[in-house]
Formats: sequence, structure tokens, C-alpha cells
Amino acid sequence: MSETPIQATAGPARQRLSLGRFRDLALVPAILVLIVVGALVDPVFLSSANLINVLQQQTELSLLVLAESLILIAGKFDLSLESTVGLAPALSVALIIPAASHGLGTELPAWTAVPICLLIGMAVGAFNGFLILKLKLSAFIVTLGMLIVLRGLQIGFTGGQNLFDLPLSFTYLGSAQWLGLPASVWLAVVAFALGIVLLAYFRQGRALYAIGGNVDAARAAGIRTDRVVWTVLVLGGLIAALAGLLMTGRLGSVAAAQGQNMIFTVFAAAVIGGVSMDGGKGTLFGALCGVLVLGLIQNILTLGGVSAQWIQAIYGVIILVALMLARLTSGKAQD
Amino acid sequence: MSTATDLPPAAGVRLAVQAHGITKRYGRTVALNQAKISIVDGQTHGLVGRNGAGKSTLVSILTGLQAPDEGTVAFGGEPAPPLGDRDAWRGRVACVYQKSTIIPALTVAENLFINRQSLTGGSLINWGRMRRRAGDLLAEYGVLVDPARPAAELTVEQRQLVEIARALSFGARFIILDEPTAQLDAAAIDRLFARIRALQHAGVTFLFISHHLREVYEICQTVTVFRDARHILTSPVADLSQDRLVDAMTGEAVGLRQVADRPAVPDSAPAVLAVSGLGLADQFTDVDLTVRRGEVVGLAGSASSGKVAVGEAVVGLRRPDTGEVRVAGQLIRPGSVPHALAGGIGFVPEDRHREGLVPLLSVAENGTMTIADRFGRFGAIAPGRRRAAAQRFITDLAVKTDGPDQPVAGLSGGNQQKVVMARALANDPVVLVLINPTAGVDVRSKETLLDVVDQAAASGTAVVIVSDELDDLRPCDRVLVMSHGRVVRTVARGWTDNELVAAIEGMTAQSAGQPGGGSDAGSGGSPAGAADVNVDADVSADESSGENSGV
Repeated sequence: MSETPIQATAGPARQRLSLGRFRDLALVPAILVLIVVGALVDPVFLSSANLINVLQQQTELSLLVLAESLILIAGKFDLSLESTVGLAPALSVALIIPAASHGLGTELPAWTAVPICLLIGMAVGAFNGFLILKLKLSAFIVTLGMLIVLRGLQIGFTGGQNLFDLPLSFTYLGSAQWLGLPASVWLAVVAFALGIVLLAYFRQGRALYAIGGNVDAARAAGIRTDRVVWTVLVLGGLIAALAGLLMTGRLGSVAAAQGQNMIFTVFAAAVIGGVSMDGGKGTLFGALCGVLVLGLIQNILTLGGVSAQWIQAIYGVIILVALMLARLTSGKAQD
Repeated sequence: MSTATDLPPAAGVRLAVQAHGITKRYGRTVALNQAKISIVDGQTHGLVGRNGAGKSTLVSILTGLQAPDEGTVAFGGEPAPPLGDRDAWRGRVACVYQKSTIIPALTVAENLFINRQSLTGGSLINWGRMRRRAGDLLAEYGVLVDPARPAAELTVEQRQLVEIARALSFGARFIILDEPTAQLDAAAIDRLFARIRALQHAGVTFLFISHHLREVYEICQTVTVFRDARHILTSPVADLSQDRLVDAMTGEAVGLRQVADRPAVPDSAPAVLAVSGLGLADQFTDVDLTVRRGEVVGLAGSASSGKVAVGEAVVGLRRPDTGEVRVAGQLIRPGSVPHALAGGIGFVPEDRHREGLVPLLSVAENGTMTIADRFGRFGAIAPGRRRAAAQRFITDLAVKTDGPDQPVAGLSGGNQQKVVMARALANDPVVLVLINPTAGVDVRSKETLLDVVDQAAASGTAVVIVSDELDDLRPCDRVLVMSHGRVVRTVARGWTDNELVAAIEGMTAQSAGQPGGGSDAGSGGSPAGAADVNVDADVSADESSGENSGV
């Protein structure tokens, strides 16, 4: 057919595009405001020691949010990530340390700890994928069940004890400093950068949006939907295990309750950051902003001298308020 | 049964598609029984049949989504590729399904290049280049849509055009359109047909599936009828009378529905529904409407005319800014469905999938949802009484179902719509508001539904039919035509098709002799040249801007 004045639409196209970008940046003003508030509450807030502390404390959460966002964008759920944070390091360490330190008695060589830890995370993701995709079970209930099973396993074989006697290789990533910043912060930055590029500039990344947006259409477009979702679940488990590894290194032990109750914060950060619980919507940059907002709030509450007994209630209320504000600024219903 | 008046293809005629001896079973159900279809290259071929005739199964076999149990499919004389080779299938055939395969959260450009984003650059996605390529592609087919827009913002018409452009960009020269007109208004249908004709001139073959026989006569050269999983006949449309086509579809010799001859409503009949000064920002302004006892009033207009919004405001689905709705003198609280129901309004909403039915609930529960308070006290529901009520409407409306307990999702479209109609009638309304009451239903169900309208009117119900389907409007005593949110004309009973279509399109009757009139069946229409298409593109741009401000 003949040419049509398609150029006429180029102007508004650019405008709309920049608006789209803008929505991504919706939380940046909130972060700036929080920094100002923090500085007013306590001058210590702006010290590099405190800010690095905030970042390091948020690395594990941010990695979990990264994993959960990938899974949510693909239209699925994974609640069991928080238990993987505890189980993967606990089990891999237990395979190495002697029975006297609550090990399992297998006493594998110390270098295997890190690879086994990551493999356990992937295995959990793969098993979730099997139940959800092959047996067609509800992702919500499957991963809720898995959350309880994994936590129970960890308490079972550690006897509810914390594991202290860790190999050096295991604590390195969580405690090392690279170029003046904790290694874990660098890892999180790299992971997010990779994720953002993957989701924005790769066919495989865009497939997540297609699947989460309309799985039938994605299948009709030739996307191997089950394989992609499975891969994302395995990747999610891997990232959760990495988060567990970093947390273990930072704290110097594997706590019996490591990762417990993180999943609520993970979902809150993702949704505040604009990731839809219905799939197909949201960006990793937005999710990262969500993490930073929550991390700063927590830090400010601590610095502000809010009593430990009340901090949980206040933090919960603030998350609810943040959700309402995100709803107002994005102008769209959260689903 | 299958005494087909089938034409063996003449020598020298190239067949774009040939399917032969196709049988497909799902468990005990036979979806296709030795069915066949031959589509001549470069033609637009109609496929008609009542719901359940096997059309959808044929589509899934022709598009390679399913393999037939028996039989062969060939494209251009060569056997179809293996089922796993999606790329090969997509290079041969494309389908624009009733259910959109556009992903709303992504932009138009990304939808066009989904899962082959690398076509527009290296392994990294180059967004700028993808948008430009998408713009070129859309421009090539004269689709005036901004590629950077999220697909969720597209109108149904634009969405279809994007899907057609995407199909063509895969290199497919055979395109299946599965009921493409079901959600379009008359003007959009004309624009779609102009495009189909232009593409047909460029050598594209179409298989056109529709419930609207008039459209088949307008756009198709050949038509194939399926019934009860079998091929019944294939014939050039010019040689086939409308009555014979309907016979072939229904298997009985019945003509198209005759308009029941209700006596005119006397002026002395009391006004039951009185709407005055109704207005809603961006939708409609200052709408007055009075319907007498036993009167049927049509509300027609294009999709952007605001007619559906008026209907929804009357029944409480929307809250009007100004004006009032009175039923038998009693004021209905604006924007309240429960109050409208209590006031004696029954209604069929626009989209049965969205507002009409809860798919997993039973036929009985869906049909009696508006009157659940009548089956017991304090919210309790006596199952026996509900079943009895359901059994009554199943008989009255001839709903084809296993019984009141069958989930409504298992019914065909026509029978689902009957359940929606039953729900509308359940509270014995004095006012019945029907929005697109026969959308996407087969010929037979349409007759039943319109008969119900006649009966309701005869028993004194005031009926408002909101539609631009001429068949829906035929029972009306008068038709109010809306344009840009205002009632612009009233057409009295006894209108001709041309006259009403012209009024809806905002033309005078004299200038309506074009294919757009849609009434001169069998003429085939004049081939649309590039100039026509350009004009259409302008119109569609207007339309879309109207939609944006409207919805």
C-alpha cells in the first residue's frame, strides 16, 4: 500500500517514551527525600560508614527482590526463596564440617562448600518448577509448602543450632572489601546491571514479559514458555542461595532462622518498585529503588531511636503507607 | 447428509490451501469428521457454520497448533511442515484469532517483533531500530499506529490491524480471520474490508470466518459451510441464495427470521422508562429517551457514539454526571445496579465474558444471580427452588445444556448468551435494556433471543436495544441514532437497511449506495484502490483520537 504520514506520530512517540522512563524513576524523589530526612534526624546518617552499612545490609534483600521480580514478571510466584537463604548455606556447610560442630559427618573438602550451596538453590528452584509446570500445581501453595519444608529441614539436621565452624572460602564473599566497598555490594550491583540489560535488551528477557503478559500469545509467538519459566525459577533459587552465602559471610555463622520473614519485605519492595503481582509488568530498576526506599526507612527508624519493641509495627505501617504512595504516584491499580 | 455441491477445482487454478479427509476426535466427541476445504489462491474464502460446527478445530489444524487424527493438509500443493517447525508454519499461514494474541503491557513495536527482536539488530535489542522497523512495517500496510504506544491503548480495530501486519511480516500469504468483525462497528468493518480487498489484490489469500452472512456476501468469493463436524457445501457466493446458505447451516429449510408483526404501540400507552437530560463527561450529553409500555426502542450509532455508555448509565453500570432515570415515575439512584434491578430494570451487558457470566459457576447460578434473594431467607439458597427456576428458563429460552448444574463455560456462545438473557429476565423487569444482545452468536440462537424480545414487548415490557446490528434493530418501533454523544436522528419503523446504515454513518440515504451500505448482498463490492485506503487511514486516525478522549 501507499505511504502514510507515520512521521506525524514521531513527536508524541518520543514524549510518551520519556514519560515511560519517568515512571521508572518515580521512586527517585522519594529516595532523595529520605536522604534529607535521614540527615536531619541524625548527622551520622550521611557518614560513609553508615551509608555503606545500609547498602551492605540491603544486598541480601536486594538479591532476593531481583530473583522474585524476575519470577513475578514471568507471571509466577516463589515464596520459598527466604527458606533457601537459610537452607542452602546450612546444608552445604553441614556437609563439610565435622559432626562435632553439628555437621552431617560426610566431611567433604572445604572448597566444595560454595558450589554445593549454589547447586542446592538451583535444585530447589528446579523442584518448584517441576511441581508448578509439570504437575500443574498452584505456584503460591507449592512454594508456601516448600518454604515450610525447607525451614523444617534446616532446623531438623542442625538441631536448631547455629553453625559457626565455617570454611574460609565460604565467608569470603560476604566479608571481603573490594575497592573500599564490601564485595557483596559489588556483586549486587553487577547482578542488577546484568538483570536490567537482560530484561531490556535480550530476547530471552523480553520473553519473560511476554509470558507474564499473555502466556497463550507468547506460546503462539514460538516462545518455549515452560522452559523459560523453569529457567527463571532455577535462576531464582541460585540467586537466593547466593544471598544466603553473602549473609552467612557477613554474620560469620549460619543462623537457624536465617532469612526468616524476609519474603514479606521482598514482595513489598517489588510492588513498591512497580512490579505487578499479576505478571508482565515492572522493571528491575524500579524494584531496586523499592529496596533502597525500605532500607533507608529502616536505617532512619533505627537512628531516630525508635524503641526495638515498636520498630516492627512502625516498619509494617510504613510499608503499607509506601504501597499507598506508590499507588498514587503510578496512578494505576496494583494487581 | 454430506451431499455436497462441491466444485472440483478447474484445471490451472492454484490452491493456496487444501485440506482433505480431516478427522479430529477429542475423547468421544468428534470435532471434525472427514472434513475438507480447498481455498483458491488469491481468493477470500468464507467459512460459516453454527457454533460447534468444527470451525475452530479446523483453524487449529490449518495453523498447525494441532495435528489431525486423519487426513492431509497442503499449502500451495506441498505437504504441511511438521508440527514442531513453528517458523515454517508461520511462513505459510497466520491467524488473527478472536482472542487477541497481543500482549497489552508491551509496546506495539515489541509485539510486532516478539521473540524475533534480533531481526532488528544484533543479539542485543536495539530499541530505536526496532521502533523504526515497526514504523516502516506499519506504514507499508497503511496502519496508522504509533509503534511506541503500549498495545493496551489500542482500539480493537487497531489491534487487529497490528496482528494482520505482524502475520504478513512473517511472509505468510494465507491469513485466517476468525470472526474479525465481532467487536467492530460498521465503519470499522468497512475499513477492514477495504484493507482485505487491497491485500487480496496484492495476492494475499484469506479464510474469513463470520457469523454475519451479509459480510460473507460482501467480502467473499467462495463460501464453505460446515455443520455437525462435516463439510456440507462449497460454492461461489454469487450462486448461493441467502436462504439456501442458512438451510445448509441449520440443516433445515428455514428462511431468515421474519419480523413479528406487533401492533404499533398506541400513544396512550404509559411511559415506563423516562430518561431526561442524561449526560456523562466525554461520553454523551443531554440524552432524552422515553419508552412506553410494550415499546421497543433501538439505540444505534458507531462505536464512539456513546450509545453503549448511555445503556450502561441507564442500568447503573456507569454513574451519569447529569440527568435522571425514572422507571414508572420512580427515580433510580444513579450508578447503582442493585437499585436499578430493584426498580424493575433487567439488562444484558455489552460483553458476556466480562460482565455477563461467571464462567465456572453453573447455568442455574448464573441465570438466577440477580434473584438469589428469592430462594430462601437471610441469604440462604434452597437448591431445589433455584433448580426449578433454572429449569424454567432453560425450557423457555431453549438453552442447550446438560442441565442446570453444568458450568456455563461449557456452553456454546449462543447458549451462554441465552443464560445472560435469562439473568436479565429473571427479576420480571418492566424495563429491559439489551446491549449488543446477539454479539457472537449463531443464526439460530439469534432468532431465539430476538423472539424473546418480541415476547417481552408483547407482554408489556419496555425494551431498549443498544446495537448497530441491523438484525437486532429490526424489532424496534423506532431507532434513535447517536453520534458523538448526542441523539441526532430518530428513524421510525419501516426503515430500509440503507436508510438506517446511512443514518448511523451520518450520511443521507442517497449517498449510501456504496459497499459500506452492506445491504446489497452478492455484489462483491468494488475493488478498493490505494486512494481509498488512504482516505480510510485518515478516518481511522480520527476514530482513534476519538476513542482516546472517549474511553
